[in-house]
Amino acid sequence: MPEVTTPALELMSVTKSFGSFLAVDDLDLTIPAGSFFALLGPSGCGKTTTLRMVAGLEQPTSGTVCIGGRDVTGDRAHRRPVNTVFQSYALFPHLTIADNVAFGLRRRRQHDVDAKVKEALDLVELGHLGERKPTQLSGGQAQRVALARAIVNRPELLLLDEPLGALDLKLRRQMQLELKRIQTEVGLTFVHVTHDQEEAMTMADTVAVMNKGKIEQMGPPEELYSRPHTAFVANFLGQSNLAPGQVVGREGDLLLVTVGGATVKVPVDRAVATTGSVLVGVRPEKIGLLIEGQEPSPNHNVVGPGIVTDVSFTGVSTQYQVEVEHLGTFGVFSQNLLGGATVTLGTKVRLAWSQEFTFGLDGDQDAAEGAADLDAEP
Amino acid sequence: MSATTGPVVRGTVPTARRRSWHLGDALIPVLAALAFIYLLVPIVYTVAFSFNDAGKSNLVWRGFTWKNWQNPCGAPQVCEAFRNSLSVGVVATLIATVIGTLLALALARFAFRGRPAVNLLVFLPMSTPEVVLGAALLAQFLSLRVQLGFWTVVAAHVMFCISFVVVTVKARVAGLDPALEEAAADLYASPFQAFWRVTFPLLLPGIAAAALLSFSLSFDDFIITNFNSGSFTTFPKFVYVSATRGIPPQANVIGSFMFVAALAIVLVAQLVSHARGKRRAG
Ligand SMILES: Nc1ncnc2c1ncn2[C@@H]1O[C@H](COP(=O)(O)OP(=O)(O)OP(=O)(O)O)[C@@H](O)[C@H]1O
Ligand SMILES: [Mg+2]
Repeated sequence: MPEVTTPALELMSVTKSFGSFLAVDDLDLTIPAGSFFALLGPSGCGKTTTLRMVAGLEQPTSGTVCIGGRDVTGDRAHRRPVNTVFQSYALFPHLTIADNVAFGLRRRRQHDVDAKVKEALDLVELGHLGERKPTQLSGGQAQRVALARAIVNRPELLLLDEPLGALDLKLRRQMQLELKRIQTEVGLTFVHVTHDQEEAMTMADTVAVMNKGKIEQMGPPEELYSRPHTAFVANFLGQSNLAPGQVVGREGDLLLVTVGGATVKVPVDRAVATTGSVLVGVRPEKIGLLIEGQEPSPNHNVVGPGIVTDVSFTGVSTQYQVEVEHLGTFGVFSQNLLGGATVTLGTKVRLAWSQEFTFGLDGDQDAAEGAADLDAEP
Repeated sequence: MSATTGPVVRGTVPTARRRSWHLGDALIPVLAALAFIYLLVPIVYTVAFSFNDAGKSNLVWRGFTWKNWQNPCGAPQVCEAFRNSLSVGVVATLIATVIGTLLALALARFAFRGRPAVNLLVFLPMSTPEVVLGAALLAQFLSLRVQLGFWTVVAAHVMFCISFVVVTVKARVAGLDPALEEAAADLYASPFQAFWRVTFPLLLPGIAAAALLSFSLSFDDFIITNFNSGSFTTFPKFVYVSATRGIPPQANVIGSFMFVAALAIVLVAQLVSHARGKRRAG
């Protein structure tokens, strides 16, 4: 039998505007059944609005929402086979934990409510707290109850709206693993909304990076990281060094690009634009520093020289800032294999990295888009 | 406990206290006690004279008796007036609470044309002098040729009670997290089920408070009632009318009874919420 599975969720040119403001802009999205999907983007980019349209809590201005192959665009929230873990948890304060979890089952007149509730609470390791009220729970416990309350219904699609946002870092990491374990265990399709890129990358099979109501790029985390398609993705998912350049020729599978004074080579299949002005990109951990007299290995791109303007030791690695004339500042991470910094402040260095780790972007965009700018946030 | 710090503490406290002694320290409790007595005098009088072996009037103390309490309906009309007040109170409270709650939900949840105007108008009956309201209502009833009686009193009471219900319940609705109703809908509850299973139970304390307030306002009202009741007699009206020829001690019995009942309701509510808090903590 051929494997033809209907996707768990399909959004077809879904648009949502609030007055003249476009919160979600002509969005197309397909999520295969059984996957852990992350919707990643900065605050205000339309993630919650997208989830709410899937849940039926918001009506799209135009477009179609299909769940499990069925068009549900006109259906109200209580008729959709979807459950949500709300950002604020939204546990019913007048009901016990067990009654909270049983709420969905009872509305659909399911059998064996008690057994199912117990199973769901055991899954999140809160079986002993069924008789408590929501006010008597810690943040992490409330989050797990909200999860149990949704999972117990075995929805075709589970929506999680930044459920870990309110937790401290340590609990957050722990809950990430827990969520991943539960998803594997119950095999439901999870759509997880977050603005934490690390969270998205560690948990999801597929990540969609969203910006200003549109999806910029979608794919497995490794692919998004190693081959970003836009400056926004390159900067939002980890850090990137992006330098403006001009394509001057081609050498087999490699593009020749002049950057500053140097010529670097970019694999054609890793370049979004192959002519005219481009942005040449490389991740900081891929760069090595060459001091006076050191020569690069073959098949390496080299720029510089530049001056080391900052050295900071972070334990596992050392982060350098290197100021290169005409190109700006490059970030370099080097693992502390030899115990600590190998280059001191003010040293003149060249930067070298393997050609295969270079990527090329369209040159018409702002190289700093999506970067965490600590100074200029409004 | 440490033996070395003990004497030091014991030595410093009296000195500090002596230095900060003011006349006000003694005056404040005395004034408070006087104010309290002042507040309690009418109540004590009412309760005490319900045990008075009264003759024609209940103005001078003639000796203690259980007689009035054993036969609270002894005086002519007193129990009829009491019953009238109770039924007006119950009916007006029911109507005002239902309408007021719906109005509060509409005002808090839906943006409709004219909402600011309604928000303002709801306050009007609370801020207009009662005499004016009573007289205006009477004019309406007369021009519509409505027979004055039970239903005109109920209509008048519903009118001013609604304002209080709306204000009380609206505050409660505003404090309700809208995500809760969305969560209910997300968990397969129809709009009616979401209201009945989530919104209503969470509003209930506010609605109950509003109902109690309505009942006590209605039971207590004299001015508006007096305009619109015709020959129909409520308890406050009965007391007012009989004041000219001497209030019977049975009126004191009923007054004291209402006072005790109100106290009991407050106490029970306190105990219940205390027990709930304890169970939550335990
Ligand atoms: N009901 C509404 N009326 C008007 N504008 C809205 C409404 N809901 C959302 N918006 C706007 O739509 C945009 C997207 O909002 P949304 O809540 O989807 O963002 P988000 O990606 O979830 O952000 P965050 O990470 O901060 O939760 C925001 O600019 C917001 O101001
Ligand atoms: Mg959001």
